[in-house]
Parts: sequence; structure tokens; C-alpha cells
Amino acid sequence: MPRMTMIEAIRDAMDVMMGRDEKVVVFGEDVGYFGGVFRCTAGLQQKYGKTRCFDTPISESGIVGTAIGMAAYGLRPCVEIQFADYMYPAYDQIVSEAARLRYRSNGDFTCPLVIRMPTGGGIFGGQTHSQSPEALFTHVSGLKTVVPSNPYDAKGLLIAAIEDPDPVIFLEPKRLYNGPFDGHHDRPVTPWSKHELSEVPSGHFSLPLGKASVVRQGSSITVLAYGTMVYVAQAAASEMEIDAEIIDLRTLLPLDLETIAASVRKTGRCVVVHEATLTSGFGAELAALVQENCFFQLEAPVARVTGWDTPYPHAQEWDYFPGPARVGRALVETMEA
Amino acid sequence: MSADEPLTLNVPEPAVRPGGAPDFSNVKIPKAGAVPRPEVDVDPQSIRDLAFSIIRVLNRSGEAVGPWAGLLSDEELIEGMRHMMTLRTFDARMLIAQRQGKTSFYMQHLGEEAISCAFRKALSPGDMNFPTYRQAGLLIADGYSMVDMMCQVYSNSRDPLKGRQLPVMYCSKEHGFFTISGNLATQYVQAVGWAMASAIRNDTRIAAAWIGDGSTAESDFHAALVFASTYKAPVVLNIVNNQWAISTFQGIARGGAGTFAARGLGFGIPSLRVDGNDYLAVYAVAKWAIERARRNLGPTLVEYVTYRVGAHSTSDDPSAYRPKTESDAWPLGDPIIRLKNHLIMRGVWSEERHKQAEAEILDTVIAAQKEAESYGTLHAGAKPSARDMFDGVYAEMPPHLRRQRQQAGV
Repeated sequence: MPRMTMIEAIRDAMDVMMGRDEKVVVFGEDVGYFGGVFRCTAGLQQKYGKTRCFDTPISESGIVGTAIGMAAYGLRPCVEIQFADYMYPAYDQIVSEAARLRYRSNGDFTCPLVIRMPTGGGIFGGQTHSQSPEALFTHVSGLKTVVPSNPYDAKGLLIAAIEDPDPVIFLEPKRLYNGPFDGHHDRPVTPWSKHELSEVPSGHFSLPLGKASVVRQGSSITVLAYGTMVYVAQAAASEMEIDAEIIDLRTLLPLDLETIAASVRKTGRCVVVHEATLTSGFGAELAALVQENCFFQLEAPVARVTGWDTPYPHAQEWDYFPGPARVGRALVETMEA
Repeated sequence: MSADEPLTLNVPEPAVRPGGAPDFSNVKIPKAGAVPRPEVDVDPQSIRDLAFSIIRVLNRSGEAVGPWAGLLSDEELIEGMRHMMTLRTFDARMLIAQRQGKTSFYMQHLGEEAISCAFRKALSPGDMNFPTYRQAGLLIADGYSMVDMMCQVYSNSRDPLKGRQLPVMYCSKEHGFFTISGNLATQYVQAVGWAMASAIRNDTRIAAAWIGDGSTAESDFHAALVFASTYKAPVVLNIVNNQWAISTFQGIARGGAGTFAARGLGFGIPSLRVDGNDYLAVYAVAKWAIERARRNLGPTLVEYVTYRVGAHSTSDDPSAYRPKTESDAWPLGDPIIRLKNHLIMRGVWSEERHKQAEAEILDTVIAAQKEAESYGTLHAGAKPSARDMFDGVYAEMPPHLRRQRQQAGV
């Protein structure tokens, strides 16, 4: 199998789908001729022509609004919001329109649409290039929300998202684009080529939305993570020598509650990790679900390790980022509780 | 200390408020027939004047005059009048039904019937409207079932939308009527996207976007114009300027621009104003704009100058914000009376036939209403099941919704 970075895997997914289905169109800011600021669409315009992959005006509500119209027409748009931080002008289109077309029209109109957006920090992007707004999407009925953590998943999940009959928010942890990142920002960058999940099948392959992946088997504590935090959690568990079971959620909605509950019932302890802010974050939903479903097996309170409830700072990036030290501490505390 | 005068804020006010005498002297009405009819492939720069005038066909004596006249046969005009009369009667019955507690909410078209009824007749099958809540004439004039419309208004057991939508938020793909959103302007940019999709697929279908004067202030309106302009989308961008956005006069959204049509000029989009109470003028301009779209000449912006005679909805009382008699003073008259006078002048209609048609239409609407009510009203009789609430959120119900449905016991 060819080895790919996350960027290449994402591009390959769109390439495969554009090749298979003429109804797949790709557009966004700097997406066409230049191939995207992160290069995720490089070469697609050249290969498929500029009516299938094109640049747009800087207007996120315009990008998503036109994409909804196209999806209602019968196309399968896969659009890019340059940074998740820029999606707010499109939020009305996403929440009030894309998410509800099927419901409010009783299936007369549907919205098979993928909105890709780079998410999360770790690249010194400051307040406006670092946010993790996943909870703003999981709170909305009618949307699906996916966060891949490696090239293999990114390709399989993006193809599934493009083939899905409903709108899918596809959040790409930008710090993972070029390599796995365990939060040790002071160490040399590891490229994807050294990671087994950079081996990605060629051609069409998809992974089901709504299925988590157990990335590390363990028996004494369950860690629920997604995106960049999957690697941070793995580093924390090995450094603290804790027999943790780490679950990469992959899809936040629909959520694979079965895998989560089975693990926590086995371990009796649970730590939830995400980079987004704490209050009303997706971790709160996870903690509540674990409590509702595994209360009698729990031996300690469910802990959350997240970004602080502040805007994402610039100079203090590594004080903000929930790195392996903080996650490790939470693991130890939950083990001792 | 600054030598400059203190700054002051400009907050526009309508010419008159309740208690005052209605005054439309600021609405400049050109003579019918006075505005030229350019070729559809005209250079937009050369017709900038059309964004500041008003295209009119019917004159005060009821004659159809000028270069925009002569497109419709007697039969088509009579049909158009029947559509407008049907819409008005439908509205009157549903308004009463709302007052009787048979539904929660209603919005009527009084005075604006010509716009959606005439526009529909200029479209072809397969074209798509992205309407607001005041274009039900698009459905009436396309022969959509009045019973289905009423069932939607009543949210009853036969509601095609299963009780999920507020009354009047109709939807029918088959009749080229996109699902209405209560969030304003969102559909404007979707229409542009739909039109772009038709062009991407090299189809021949075109889209029509609809918006009111007030919601042109939304950023989605501007996004729609820039996308339509950039990609030359085959779309007609309609603005229904009925002077009032609930209680807010159109000057608040229009700001310093002379007209709403003028908004299109900065985008290089041909922009026309038309007498919205003139069935013939609406049809002629719609035909022109639709032909432009169909011939791949790009978008056209059309402002329909009209007046909302009724309240915004059943939830407001216009006498609280505008003179009670303002609608009588509206200089463009009533669309049904104007078309009736024209037909009488042509010798194909009479007061007697009009009365007869009114009675027939009322009978038809009442019969439809009786049938619709036999399927239930909002608070009485059969209604959509609670189980329906959980369906259709996704193509396939995810596990968490399945659990919630079980919890709800439905």
C-alpha cells in the first residue's frame, strides 16, 4: 500500500470520488488553481477542470450556501472552509439550512454535502487559526461530525462522508497534516512515513461513520480522545506506564457508544481528552454518557482534560494545549481516586 | 478641545407615522410604457437607468402600452387573474381559520398577488424557485393542490411536511418550490448554488431567488450577488419591495442607495425595477430575466415595487406603525382590479363575469378547505404522529435518536 501524509490521503479521497462520480465538486477559498493553503486540493483543478474544482470569493456563507443549493440540485459538493475558525459566517447556513433540509421538506430535498475544515492548534495560529468548534456541530440535529486522526482513517472516512446522504462536518486536525503529534512540541517532528497508519489503500475504500477505533488495548482505565489528542493520550499512558485503553472516537456524531461503554465497563475508569474549551464541550456529553451507561462499574469520577476556557492564545500555546503532562496527571489522579 | 462639530447619527424615518396623512410623493411613478425594453444580451452598463425607473405596462385607463406589452393572450390573462383571485380567496379563508384557532399562524399576500402568480407563468418545468413566505402564487399558478397547501397550514394528518414546519412554509420539488426557511435570505445564495449546479452539469434549468426589501440587508444577500456575478449563474434574483419589513420601513434596509435594484449595479448585474402590481409588467420582466438566464447570459436582479396591504403576519397590527389608510393611497393600485379593468377594456371580461368568477373561486376554496379540515386542524382531529418527529432527521436513524424515540414511548 502507498504511504501518504494526512494531506495526501485527504486529497486522494477527493481525487477518487471526483473520478468516480461527476457529481462531486470541490471548492473554497484558494482551493482551485493554487490547491488550498494546506495543499489538500492540489492538482484537482488541473485534473478535473475548473467547473469541478474552483476558487471562491472570501465568503463562507456563500461557499456553504451555494453548496447547499448544489446538493439540493443533486450534486455532491465537498467544500473547504480554510480554517474552522472562519466557519462562523456559514453557521446559519449549516445549522438552519443544511442540517434541516431533509427534515423540513420531509425528504423532498436533501443535502449530501461535506464541509471540510482544518481544526485545532499546535501551529502557533493564535485565536483565529486554532479553534476546535466540534461541539458547535455535535449540538445540531441533522449533522454528522467526523474527526480523523491518521491518513488511513482520513481517506476512508472522507470517502464515506462524500457518499453519505446527509451533511457531514469533516474536521481535519491541522497539526496532524504532516505527521502524528504527541504534544511534545520541543522534540523533532515525526513524519507520517514512520507511522503504520500512513499506509493507505489505493482507489476506493471507505470506513463506516459512527465506528470508533481502539488504538491501544488496556485494562485499568479508558481514555476517550479524537484527533491530535489520540497521540497525546498514547504518549501520556506510556510515559506514566498506565495500562490505559485508548479509544479514538473518529466520528463524534453518530457516536460509537457501544465501544465506549464496553471499555469503561471493563476498566471502571474514564478520562476524556479534547483540545477544545471545557465548558459545554463535547467532553461534557461523553462524561454524561459514560455516567449514564456505566455508573455501577465506575470506580472514580470521569475526568476531563481539555483546553482552558480562554480564547486560544498565541505566546502561551503550550500552556493552553492539553499536552502529555496534563493528560498523564489526570490518568494518575483517576487511577488513584 | 476639538474644533470639529460633534458628530450626529442618522436614523431614517418613514414619511408618515400613524395619525398622519399617507404620503407617497417620494415614490416616483413613470408613465406606463415609458421605459424601453432592451435586448436580453444588452451590456449591463448601458441600462443602469432601469434600476431607478419602474417598468409599467398597464396605464391608468387600463390599456397595455409600450415595448413590454403584448406578450400574453386573452386566455392567459384571464387565467392569471383567476390565479390572483384564488390566492386572495385562499388567504382570506386561511386568515379566518387562524383567527378561529385552526392553526397557529398565517401570512397573506394581499396586494402582492401579481408578482408570484405572473412570475410562475414565465418559468419552465424543471426550474426552481427559492421562495420566501409570500410567494404562494408560485404554487397556485402552477396548479399545486390547494388541499395540500391547507393541510400544511393546519399541520394535520395529511400535511405533506408531517407537521414539522410552521404554517405557509410549503415545499414541493415537483412544482419547482424549494422548502421555505423562516431564516431570511439564506435561500437567496442557495438559489445561486442551485443555478451554478445546473451550469456545471450543462443542463438548461434556471433558478429564481426571492427576498424581501428588509432582508436584502442580510449578508447572505450580498454573498448571493457576488457569487451570481462571479460565476454568471443562471438565476433571477428577485426582490419584493413591499415597503414594510414588519414595522420597519424600507428606508432602513435601503440606506443611501436610491433603490434596491441599484444594489445589483456594483456587481455588474443588469438590474430592473418593475411595477409589482401590474401582472403584465411582472410577466414581461420575468420573461426577459429568465431568457437571459436560459441563454447563459447570467443573473438579473429585479425589484418589484409593491405594497403590503395586510399585516406582516397574523402576529402584528400595522396600525401601530403606519397610517391606517396608507394602502388606499398606494399609487400603484390593486393588481386584481387593474387586470380586471384591462380585460374589460379588451372586451373579454365584465363586472358580471368577475362576480361570477369570485363566487366560483370561493366555492372551490371552501370545498378544498372542507376536505383539508376533514384531515384535522392544528388542535382538533387527526394530526401527524409523535413518531414522525423522529423520522427524517437523517436518511438512516442513528442510535441516539432511536434511543430517544424509545424513551418518548412513540
